[in-house]
Amino acid sequence: MSALSAIQLLAHKLEREGQTNITSYGDSVFRILEKNDLAAKVFRYVIEAPDVAKKAKAGQFVILRLYNDGERIPITLADWNVAKGTITLYVQAIGKTTIMMSMMKAGDALADVVGPLGIPSHVEKGKTLVALGGGFGIAAIHPIVRAHKLIGNKTISIIGARTKELMLMENEMRAISDDVRIATDDGSYGTKGFVTTVLKSMLENRELMDVVLAIGPVVMMKAVADLTRSYGVQTLVSLNPIMMDGTGMCGACRVVVGDKLQFACVDGPEFDAHKVDFELLVARQKMYSPQEKISMELFNKICEAQEHRETAAW
Amino acid sequence: MNNDTQTSPPRTDEPMAQIKPKLSNKERMKIPRHPMPEQNPLERARNFFEVPLGYTPEMAMEEAERCLLCKKAKCVEGCPVNVQIPDFIEHVAAGNFSLAAQALKQMNALPAVCGRVCPQEDQCESLCVIGAKVEPVAVGRLERFVADWERANPANGGTGSKVKIPELPPPTGKKVAIIGAGPAGLTCAGDLAKRGHAVTIFEALHKPGGVLVYGIPEFRLPKQIVEAEVQYLEKLGVQIKCDFVVGMTRTIDELMNEDGYDAVFIGTGAGLPYFMGLPGENLNGVYSANEFLTRVNLMKGFEFPNHADTPVPMAKHVVVVGGGNTAMDAARTALRLPWTEKVYIVYRRSHVEMPARKEEIHHGEQEGIEFLLLTNPTRFLGKDGWLNGVECQKMELGEPDASGRRKPVAIPGSEFTLEAEAVIIAVGNGSNPLINKTTPGLSVTKYGNIIADESGKTSREGVWAGGDIVIGAATVIKAMGAGKSAAKAIDEFVTGKKQ
Ligand SMILES: Cc1cc2nc3c(=O)[nH]c(=O)nc-3n(C[C@H](O)[C@H](O)[C@H](O)COP(=O)(O)OP(=O)(O)OC[C@H]3O[C@@H](n4cnc5c(N)ncnc54)[C@H](O)[C@@H]3O)c2cc1C
Ligand SMILES: Cc1cc2nc3c(=O)[nH]c(=O)nc-3n(C[C@H](O)[C@H](O)[C@H](O)COP(=O)(O)OP(=O)(O)OC[C@H]3O[C@@H](n4cnc5c(N)ncnc54)[C@H](O)[C@@H]3O)c2cc1C
Ligand code: SF4
Ligand code: SF4
Ligand code: FES
Repeated sequence: MSALSAIQLLAHKLEREGQTNITSYGDSVFRILEKNDLAAKVFRYVIEAPDVAKKAKAGQFVILRLYNDGERIPITLADWNVAKGTITLYVQAIGKTTIMMSMMKAGDALADVVGPLGIPSHVEKGKTLVALGGGFGIAAIHPIVRAHKLIGNKTISIIGARTKELMLMENEMRAISDDVRIATDDGSYGTKGFVTTVLKSMLENRELMDVVLAIGPVVMMKAVADLTRSYGVQTLVSLNPIMMDGTGMCGACRVVVGDKLQFACVDGPEFDAHKVDFELLVARQKMYSPQEKISMELFNKICEAQEHRETAAW
Repeated sequence: MNNDTQTSPPRTDEPMAQIKPKLSNKERMKIPRHPMPEQNPLERARNFFEVPLGYTPEMAMEEAERCLLCKKAKCVEGCPVNVQIPDFIEHVAAGNFSLAAQALKQMNALPAVCGRVCPQEDQCESLCVIGAKVEPVAVGRLERFVADWERANPANGGTGSKVKIPELPPPTGKKVAIIGAGPAGLTCAGDLAKRGHAVTIFEALHKPGGVLVYGIPEFRLPKQIVEAEVQYLEKLGVQIKCDFVVGMTRTIDELMNEDGYDAVFIGTGAGLPYFMGLPGENLNGVYSANEFLTRVNLMKGFEFPNHADTPVPMAKHVVVVGGGNTAMDAARTALRLPWTEKVYIVYRRSHVEMPARKEEIHHGEQEGIEFLLLTNPTRFLGKDGWLNGVECQKMELGEPDASGRRKPVAIPGSEFTLEAEAVIIAVGNGSNPLINKTTPGLSVTKYGNIIADESGKTSREGVWAGGDIVIGAATVIKAMGAGKSAAKAIDEFVTGKKQ
């Protein structure tokens, strides 16, 4: 991955277009205060967004835009601090926008952060929660597990990674869970296999649980739903369809749950896993795949050209 | 694309006011309605520049001569905000464009917008007296001319770069929150700021303008016009907070009880897309018009991938379902994307029932959109999750329904299939429930529209509402009218003139 700053890139792009202002309307500045490079292309950001922090609840998300010509992408609220007016996001760099974001540094500002969006997670007293997270899903289950813990519920977290070095947020999860179970694909840490392998043996051993929560790639959420169905355990998933406005205006995020058409951004993102049409979700996530590819190729070209320019300048 | 085809602003010099020989009414009615210069249909069907180019001062003065300057002007009754049409047209005829602008702006804060998008044939021009015998006076075109002239001549108080700000009264110390930066909210905000109140607009999207920026495309309403109006409001002291979803970021109760707002105006529009409930509607390639238009307009998707990151559908064959302005805009926008080869409009009634502005239908036809009228989709066909066609059915008109329009009835066995990689559903919008759900005590209809009286007053003390959120999807000028009435009532409320 190229090490050049995103702002340099943006500046180059804007210069070409004769644009000058990077931020949008109003006086809000969504400054990145901290940025950490974690494992597995996941980055942690602490961002100034006091209005969002003030109202954030577990299970909600924001929509952000990096700069004026950028797209709007949804990211889960992993944490927030009302007093400092900040929010914490974990973003996995997988495509043009998230990779561009991974090039931004502390001190840079995002053009837009809007939220909190979505219905907060349903947290009920007197339940034993088993929460499964994969990839950025660990960041997404974190505030929900904490909310359960805070009202005195028993919390068991199952987190997974490909290998030991890539495990995210283990300490953070330990701090809010009564028990943390670990799975790695290669068996280098905890159970060998997936988070679902762990869940499966828990179900087979008739371990006590009232609610299962799974957030991560769709294959993982579907596998969890299929596992718990026959045991009749209430299971919740947070769906991640393509979104744009995040306010119920466009219908891009539509999902089918129990034969009902729902807009994930306002009716969710959390739904009853046993009723979700996962096949449709997987198909709809690919809606813009050809365009995403074009966008990525062009971006790589710009990065290369920029690197040339920099080398030449030296 | 080159810039020459873009609207050239009217000449900056104001012709000397002229004293012309007075024409008789008969002579006036002999002057033919001046056609609007337009971009050539074949050329414009491939670019995003504005289609009508605007009158020159000479054309405007000539058209203005056709007006009989009626004492009891019928046209004024047809205008939802009662623009004093003969007054402003008289000034145009005399070449006094800045006076014309003043007269126009008394009733209408956004004439450059209304001159372009009002359905004049159903409003002002429908009641013009000469319309019974010859073509009505081109009120909308004249309105646009005056507004554009004024914008190009900021010294005269226009909303250009060197805006002359009206003298504001001393601050009243009252705070008003406006929710939604569409035409209703913008108008309400402007009127309240001019009365000395501290006004903040809260807008969910990253840019103010509502449908004017995310729905109506550039070739019909250049975005710089909306931007100029918004900048003018900011100069009046209006604060605009984008990225702020009321109901989520803050509730109305929090705005009033914690943040000290004395009154609230809700202008959140009709932003909930309807789908048809047909088989295959969730295939990749089926879009709501809101999604499609927002991607292209607000997110500048027509510049993807070079100058914008938001992807837009890349389809050769596009089918748009519906017959309103939204359908026309979606169809004409789709046609302008470089990879599109064919665009159909599928509408279940006939030509006369189409609710879109006549001019838009006409423009769409000229540009080569194929209209399949008395036709309705029955299901969307696809393979591996991707749309590849639309099955349609022919319709015939039966007995009149509740709306008075003849009800379309399916003709059995008339099914046929259209090849399509994109379908855009433009069959209407409902109201977004975010505010209703988070505002206890706010009365709404069973469709979720907020219930409000003439002035926009709702069931909640200190809360007004207007525009599409109250009357359902309607028009820009009606939303502006509602914003204006509410501003008056809110002013009386916060200053204690009326409880
Ligand atoms: C409610 C919600 C919460 C999310 N939370 C997180 C999070 O905390 N951390 C994180 O790393 N990711 C999160 N995501 C996913 C994140 O939004 C996508 O990874 C991101 O948009 C990819 O954009 P890109 O340009 O980098 O990649 P692209 O190459 O454009 O897309 C890669 C894939 O990401 C998905 N995607 C693309 N655009 C969007 C979009 N506008 N909205 C949703 N998905 C899209 C598509 O499935 C696509 O195939 C969340 C998604 C949703 C819906
Ligand atoms: C494609 C299209 C074409 C049209 N063409 C014409 C035409 O040619 N002529 C004509 O007269 N009319 C036309 N109309 C109708 C016209 O645009 C609307 O009647 C008008 O815009 C309504 O104005 P409004 O202020 O009530 O709402 P809108 O313009 O819808 O604005 C509402 C604003 O509120 C914001 N908002 C919503 N919820 C919240 C919230 N909770 N918090 C903060 N902000 C929020 C929205 O983001 C939006 O910016 C068209 C409509 C469409 C969709
Ligand atoms: S505002 Fe609209 S209806 Fe009123 S006079 Fe102008 S164009 Fe006609
Ligand atoms: S009714 Fe027609 S002729 Fe009479 S004032 Fe209005 S526009 Fe002019
Ligand atoms: S993202 Fe547009 S409706 Fe959900």
